[in-house]
Amino acid sequence: MNASLTAQANSPNQTSMRAWSVALRYGLIGGAVALFLALVGMVEAFATRYVIANVIDLGTLLLFLSYLGAGYVAIKRSGARTPFEILSQGAFAGFIASVFIALLAVVIYAIPGIRTIFINASPALLAILTFKMGVPAGLVPILLSGVIFGAIGGLIEILPPSLRRSLIYAAMVVLVFGLMQDLLRVTLQKWKFLDPATSFTFSNNGLTIVGAVTLFILTFLASQLWQRRGNEARARYRQLPTRQQQLLGWGLIAFSVALLLVLPLLVGLFFSEVLVNVGLFILLGLGLNIVVGFAGLLDLGYVAFYAIGAYTVALLTSTSLEIVYAGGNPFWLALPFAVFFAVLAGVILGIPVLKIRGDYLAIVTLGFGEIIRLIVLSDFLKPILGGSRGIELIPKPFIGSFEFAGPEELYYLILAGCGLAAFVAIRVKDSRLGRAWGALREDEDVAEAMGINLVSTKLMAFAMGAAFGGLSGAIFASKLAIIYPSSFNLLLSINVLAVVIIGGMGSIPGVVLGALVLVGLPELLREFSDYRLMLYGAALVIMMLVRPEGLWPEKSRQRELHESQQEEILSGPLAADEEVAREGAAG
Amino acid sequence: MLKRRRSKLEITDIFIYAFGIFIIAIILYGSFETLRQGKYSASQWADLFVFGITIGGIYALIALGYTMVYGILQMINFAHSEVFMAGPLTAFFLADALAKSGLLATNPAISLLLIFAFSMIVSTTVAVLLERIAYRPLRHAPRLVPLITAIGASFFLQYAFRGLFGTQFKVYPEIPALEGVVTIGVVRLTYTQILVMISAAALMIGLQAFVQRTRTGKAMRAVAESRESAALMGINVDSIILTTFVLGGALAGAAGVLYALVFTQVSFAMGFIPGIKAFTAAVLGGIGIIPGAMLGGLFLGIVESVGPTLFLDGLNIAAPYQLKDAIAFTLLVLVLIFRPSGIMGGQTQEKKA
Repeated sequence: MNASLTAQANSPNQTSMRAWSVALRYGLIGGAVALFLALVGMVEAFATRYVIANVIDLGTLLLFLSYLGAGYVAIKRSGARTPFEILSQGAFAGFIASVFIALLAVVIYAIPGIRTIFINASPALLAILTFKMGVPAGLVPILLSGVIFGAIGGLIEILPPSLRRSLIYAAMVVLVFGLMQDLLRVTLQKWKFLDPATSFTFSNNGLTIVGAVTLFILTFLASQLWQRRGNEARARYRQLPTRQQQLLGWGLIAFSVALLLVLPLLVGLFFSEVLVNVGLFILLGLGLNIVVGFAGLLDLGYVAFYAIGAYTVALLTSTSLEIVYAGGNPFWLALPFAVFFAVLAGVILGIPVLKIRGDYLAIVTLGFGEIIRLIVLSDFLKPILGGSRGIELIPKPFIGSFEFAGPEELYYLILAGCGLAAFVAIRVKDSRLGRAWGALREDEDVAEAMGINLVSTKLMAFAMGAAFGGLSGAIFASKLAIIYPSSFNLLLSINVLAVVIIGGMGSIPGVVLGALVLVGLPELLREFSDYRLMLYGAALVIMMLVRPEGLWPEKSRQRELHESQQEEILSGPLAADEEVAREGAAG
Repeated sequence: MLKRRRSKLEITDIFIYAFGIFIIAIILYGSFETLRQGKYSASQWADLFVFGITIGGIYALIALGYTMVYGILQMINFAHSEVFMAGPLTAFFLADALAKSGLLATNPAISLLLIFAFSMIVSTTVAVLLERIAYRPLRHAPRLVPLITAIGASFFLQYAFRGLFGTQFKVYPEIPALEGVVTIGVVRLTYTQILVMISAAALMIGLQAFVQRTRTGKAMRAVAESRESAALMGINVDSIILTTFVLGGALAGAAGVLYALVFTQVSFAMGFIPGIKAFTAAVLGGIGIIPGAMLGGLFLGIVESVGPTLFLDGLNIAAPYQLKDAIAFTLLVLVLIFRPSGIMGGQTQEKKA
């Protein structure tokens, strides 16, 4: 496969043959992706969410995007340059991809029994695939859409970069507005004077057609303007005196803080709830980021500290009669204990693993996390920890007479926690300790040779990470008012790990972004919930393949990853796969 | 400075050893108490032991996949548990169809062979795709990168299979030919258990013969020794790595059917716990060492089956069987802390990160 990509063709005839076979290959891959999306149930689940009201839904859009992607990659790889080649080969790739969906439609129609194996191959899916036209008639639009979107994909690839970027931005803004319609509509409706604009852009069921077109054009123009004039604006900013630059910076910070403070008032109850969940994951992510991102110790049992924080608060504050030991204390008294016990556990679990490195460490910590969960779950400690029934009646925190009752109030508690954690993380990152962690992450032996005390440095990382985990767990317990051992399984550790890695290991804004994308998005799009872990897994793999430094990378790590790639390309045999990785990382 | 650091290390060492001695003391005391109370008869112990060997054989087959990949790539193929799950979950539909057509009752040998073959093919396909798509591009990446990829792939596969085939448990049809018991003294063996033991042993002997006797097996050992030197000797490293994944996948697929025969039900989530345990078995025997994985699997199976009753019952812990997974995990942690090179690992330390 690689050989065919890099081989030099000798005659024009061979070149075109090769280009067609490339188109065929990416058509097949695109078709496999489309088929998978349909059979795994995503197309059907997402078909209820319209991006543009009654015109296009997210499920159909997924299929169209597979065809489009097939055309795009085919043209990118085949090197076709004449307009005819581009159109025909792109369309061919898209057509091949759509054949898969057409075949699926025929199979569902002809063999209803297929449903006993593939549970999603239902008549409902058939209706979506064939645009509600049934089998013989609906096949035509399927193949037609394949041809059209394949050709569009090919065209996108050859557009001038600035135009392409603007078009992609515009399409993405329309998509985001379409998907975030609930949030945006509810928020906009709070202001009566915006009503005309709101009803212009949104119907009850996605964007209106005129709204979508307007959004598209506006974003396109704005993006073009920024590309033309952006450099000027940046240059003008740089010419400002340092004092004014600082003032602008502070102004921006003050504005963001003010926005964060009034956010729950703006977005209402449901979205405050989402924000609270995102906040809990930011807090967990910041903690795990210290262990994984700063110190390079892959911890898969991080959920244990979250559980310890939550159980400490539950045991100390619960007013349930079954808690005979120490219940009934206020949250603020329990909080320091929660953090203390989490730190203690971090140190105690840290000591045995001091000499274990890399992937073994990941497995040992995973083992610790599971042991703690299994012990809590067993009948053995049931009299104290409630077994699988958990602990209930955990009161909410109070300040004076102000109760952190609902998400709108808890938001401020989380915000304070995140602010504190982010402050600590930022301050510690470039401190002596933070630099010691960095050295540890790069090479343990060299770090030790340089006089870094491995024991205390590692234990500090575990302890500090555990502290944030414990804090997060404490807030979680009082938010939910009841906790079960099943809330603290391995999936949560993986969830947090995904937040840290997809955001960018070692990067604090990356954690925030990661939590917003990985926790916030699925909460807003309920259809995602079933596919959440599947998409996390896919995101982790894709991220590692094309952009291992994360969405919002930390600078030194990005440099480092690119350096090593450069070295490999120079030293190792040039494989097409490395080329892919490099292109992905650069683009 | 140096002196202070050494004294600190000793404190943590003392802590670690105290932790180990504490666990051993609990185990000894628990076993002593259990045996003293004498609540269990010899045949009950024998049942637990036989079950341990059965399940241990299955763990050993899965562990071979972990250990071979680790031997060659020095990476934990975290997604191997999903390779193990893919085969029996899809082979269920074949088994179901065979049961409905009556072939399973009239021709059990052929049906079982078909089910095994199908499961092994599916698991192998998943393993090969995994290697080709997710791992091969990362051959030269920093060490955490393939591990994170493997974790991601594991969850992707698990939930993709959930999406494709549904969340409910699938109950394997009963095979009339496998219903029956052989009694030798106090030892009772069901036909299923005998089948599992024989197939596991046959597969392991086959693998050992392949690795030791064939040209490809020799090449595999050479690549495990040193990838660069093997490449210089004209061995196609990529194809050997692929072969390793094929072998691991096939063994996992077979293990999956055996698992389904013992526990009768399969689901998308069935891979995780056996996967972790098989990994424990691989580490226990010394990761990268093929006979080690077999021995580790059997040992873990027996400890997990006999352990909860033997160690914990005497301590008056309620429902000790609930803690069997905790015992397996504790064993994993203890081995990794005290003897990361495993039982058969000798003094070869864990390869440096």
